[in-house]
Amino acid sequence: MAQVSSTSNEQSSTAKSITLKISRYNPEHDESSQFMEFNVKYEKWTTVLEAILDVKKHFDHSVAVRYSCRQATCGSCGMIINGKPRLACFTKISELDSDVVTVEPMNNFPVIRDLAVKFEKLFDSHQKIKPYLIRDDTELVSDEKEFLQTPEEVEQYIQFANCIKCGLCNSACPTMATDSSFVGPQALAQAYRYVADSRDKGKDSRLKIIDDSHGIWRCHFAGSCSQVCPKGVDPAMGIQLLRGYMLGFRS
Amino acid sequence: MPQDEHKEGIGGMMNPTRYGIERVAYLLMRLSGLGLLAYFVAHIYETSNILRGQVGWNEFLELTQTTEGHLFLAIVIAMCVFHTVNGIRVMLGHGGVGVGKPARPDYPYDPASQNYRHKIGIYSSIVLAAVAAMYGLAVMFGE
Ligand code: HEM
Ligand code: SF4
Ligand code: FES
Repeated sequence: MAQVSSTSNEQSSTAKSITLKISRYNPEHDESSQFMEFNVKYEKWTTVLEAILDVKKHFDHSVAVRYSCRQATCGSCGMIINGKPRLACFTKISELDSDVVTVEPMNNFPVIRDLAVKFEKLFDSHQKIKPYLIRDDTELVSDEKEFLQTPEEVEQYIQFANCIKCGLCNSACPTMATDSSFVGPQALAQAYRYVADSRDKGKDSRLKIIDDSHGIWRCHFAGSCSQVCPKGVDPAMGIQLLRGYMLGFRS
Repeated sequence: MPQDEHKEGIGGMMNPTRYGIERVAYLLMRLSGLGLLAYFVAHIYETSNILRGQVGWNEFLELTQTTEGHLFLAIVIAMCVFHTVNGIRVMLGHGGVGVGKPARPDYPYDPASQNYRHKIGIYSSIVLAAVAAMYGLAVMFGE
């Protein structure tokens, strides 16, 4: 299936070029994945996503890739780029410092086709930890217009609220690599996001959900989730702080 | 047919090359834990030789007096020290100690939990394990 092609005639001559290796796989009729190679010109600012879209435009429109915002906000374009999970729209080819850029679908997610993977399990786990404020009263009926928070109270959870559900953390996690039932760093970090919110009263019910044999106790604090997170969520911190509550280190 | 979950598997779980010293510590912690467990079982078996009386006991003990025996014990010492020191670091981390404070993240988003305190903990457990193993070797080969 290997194929070498070039977009050189389309672009300015100042651009350098790399070999883009794209993993192709259709579970419906392929035995295993195979790489297709393309020669792609790039500028200092060209992202991996732009290079893939270039390939789609000029050579092979059938390359399956999911994206939307192109600005690290929607969380659609996670993939393995040169061996590590990254957002394709947030990774510049120049920063990879390599003549060959290899893109593969994220690990620990079922492949739909080529670079597109299924997110059902991540969304299910996310939903399982009740990702909303839990309390009996509501802003709509109380006399106060809104539940006020001090800047310090906001600081307690705001970093975790940055999560874009891209799944890079779940793809890097060593427990996720072998345990299909593990709830995963993404959902655990979100459990902490709500537990740490001064407006939330659902701490007990959330802790009960993650106090499971495939829940928080499967985290070994390897920290890989935090190293790949593109939004500074630092799931490993949230998980250890959460476990601090459960072990009685914190109140 | 159930859908292939495309999990990275044991190879990916064990691969220590991609995610810094923290992932190396994770691997060493698992290997040393399993190594110590294996040693513990072997140790019970070894000491049960005392039931064979003094001769049997001495015979078995001679296994540890060989060069291979010395090297094996040095590895056990290293595993013991690494597992204990790093184990204390991991237990503190699991309790939320030294993992940093939540704050509004700024580019380039360096994760506060992967900080120098835990890195120092990891490097010290590796250095202490190496020093203890070398001291053990010096004692055993110095007899
Ligand atoms: C004072 C000494 C020890 C301390 C502080 C300690 C601490 C720990 C900690 C914190 C873990 C969890 C690591 C993680 O979550 O990744 C662990 C795992 C383990 N330990 Fe120990 N431990 C000690 C002694 C031992 C001994 C003597 C043995 C063997 C007989 C042992 C066997 C294991 C095993 C098999 C694991 C599981 C490894 C894994 O699945 O990652 N430990 N230890
Ligand atoms: S925690 Fe970070 S890596 Fe994980 S899903 Fe959220 S934004 Fe992505
Ligand atoms: S396209 Fe939206 S995060 Fe990359």
